[in-house]
Amino acid sequence: MSLELLTYVVVGLSFALYVGIAFRTRAGSTGDFYVAGKHVHPVANGMATAADWMSAASFISMAGIIAFLGYDGSVYLMGWTGGYVLLALLLAPYLRRFGKFTVPEFIGERYYSDAARVVAVICLIVISFTYVAGQMRGVGIVFSRFLNVDIGVGLLIGMGVVFCYAVLGGMKGITYTQVAQYCVLIFAYTVPAVFISLQVTGVAVPQLAFGSEVEAGGEHLLTKLDRIVTDLGFSAYTDGEKATVDVFFITFALMVGTAGLPHVIVRFFTVPKVRDARASAAWALLFIALLYTTAPAVGALARLNLTTTIQHGPVGAPDGNLRYDERPQWFRTWEDTGLLAFEDKNGDGRVQYYNDQNPDFAATAEGFGWRGNELQADRDIIVLANPEIAGLPDWVIALVAAGGIAAALSTAAGLLLVISAAISHDLAKGVLARRMSERRELLVGRISAACAILVAGHLGYNPPGFVAEVVALAFGLAAASLFPAILLGIFSTRVNKPGAIAGMLAGLLFTIGYIVCFKGVFVAPFLPNEPEHWLLGISPEGIGGVGMLLNFAVAFTVSAVTARPPDSVPALVRRIRTP
Amino acid sequence: MNKRSHWQANLRLVAGCLGVWFVVSFGCGVLFVDVLNRVTFGGFKLGFWFAQQGSMYVFLALVFYYAARMAAMDREHGVDEDDAGA
Repeated sequence: MSLELLTYVVVGLSFALYVGIAFRTRAGSTGDFYVAGKHVHPVANGMATAADWMSAASFISMAGIIAFLGYDGSVYLMGWTGGYVLLALLLAPYLRRFGKFTVPEFIGERYYSDAARVVAVICLIVISFTYVAGQMRGVGIVFSRFLNVDIGVGLLIGMGVVFCYAVLGGMKGITYTQVAQYCVLIFAYTVPAVFISLQVTGVAVPQLAFGSEVEAGGEHLLTKLDRIVTDLGFSAYTDGEKATVDVFFITFALMVGTAGLPHVIVRFFTVPKVRDARASAAWALLFIALLYTTAPAVGALARLNLTTTIQHGPVGAPDGNLRYDERPQWFRTWEDTGLLAFEDKNGDGRVQYYNDQNPDFAATAEGFGWRGNELQADRDIIVLANPEIAGLPDWVIALVAAGGIAAALSTAAGLLLVISAAISHDLAKGVLARRMSERRELLVGRISAACAILVAGHLGYNPPGFVAEVVALAFGLAAASLFPAILLGIFSTRVNKPGAIAGMLAGLLFTIGYIVCFKGVFVAPFLPNEPEHWLLGISPEGIGGVGMLLNFAVAFTVSAVTARPPDSVPALVRRIRTP
Repeated sequence: MNKRSHWQANLRLVAGCLGVWFVVSFGCGVLFVDVLNRVTFGGFKLGFWFAQQGSMYVFLALVFYYAARMAAMDREHGVDEDDAGA
């Protein structure tokens, strides 16, 4: 069977599974549609949360980002797992105890204000649409790379599948498809990782292979990697280039942003008890950590493989570099997709891959007769091409395609559901038409889910030029607006309506303003995105943490000079603090 | 009275866990990474290991410990969901 046919079969089977689950789990009530009737087992919810959280970016791009950033890539590992500690300890159990359907509903009730609820809905919709555009794009890309179909056709198929289970099944349908999608994606991620670990180090567990000796020579993987990349003018793999203050704040913003993402928080509304919400957060982190502790190992192994393939002999020796006409098959395959690009700058017919931005190394390279770096490698290639670089069988490659699609679809569905719930439950039922019947509300929920899918598909097909930039925005906004509002709502009885609204708006405007200033969303950046212009040396990726602190400061100050909240608030807070 | 002592105990537990959370990630993985990198074990520089592996293992231990400890505390303070019917 050809690789393409095999990929169709594997991806098709996974889709049949998801649609099959969708038809078995149709939602009959708004409770089913928003929170799966609160009947989800904590372990199942942990898996669903893991799939909900791990997106196309985690599956396809993260190992590659780490491979090229080395230590600096740690911000994603610590940031995107450390957020679950905050979620498990500070938010999930109390929001489950609150026992309603959405995040804006909690904010509206705790701050006795429709205005606060609407501000929360706006934050939620901006965050979620930013995120979902990237997911739909991921679906289209996987389709076009592995199956040679047009990105648009791939998108339509993906939208169709999500439509089936999100619109029919709501949260109930999404939950059980996410469990299946988690199994597909973790299997697809782990199998090539184990193979490549075995090949390079002889150790099967990637987390251990990461610290093992490379078979030939007895040198440790990371020591060897540090040596060969510094020989080529790159900074050592285990050292970073980013300033410590920036690493600190990016990690912090990603942690707090993760804990404030509505599509993740709402998963903890679906378990039967408060105790289950705590346990479920722990299981979720376990399932996430399976991938997140594997990813840095894959990154290091793949960086080593890629570098030694190109630079197979001593640096500077005339025959030390790969001859272009002897390049391996995977090199040719990925050249066709544009993920790898070679330009023979010095005309010697060999590939030179080194850091030509390093002034200290420039003279040395000049001495070798090198005329600049000749290889452009897209970071996504690390995961996508890994099975081929490692020479794994075709079914593994097909599996990686199915895994990438599972990761993107599961996250997209979770995001679409919180968007539709915010519209049907918070705006339509909560503010505009309070007397709407449950059947009506369910219908509005389904219609808004369907509309959200169309908008997401459109954004995926015509991605606004700033999609990459606005990912920082999604985390920054979650960190600066929703997270502090929820946290203060639980841990303080004194913060009141004007305090919370002023805090959210201050955090939101400051964070948006800072990111737009350097990255320019819709407008040209006002200042060059360079460390000397940044506030305290903090890059736009890390500014959400500062926005959060500002939110706290404003909320406390405004609350202190305005009236205490009504008596219903301390009663509500006391209720949610006890299981 | 039970509810109040339960909440106080919960706050102490959360503060302890978040202290560990901060030390392994921001402490060992970021602020003191260069100092720890002078120590190596089994092919890893220690600071780098905390940043890319160790912090995540500790996070995992923390959330499981918190869940288990809180379940026990719910019973000790008589606010368990199963008994009270609340």
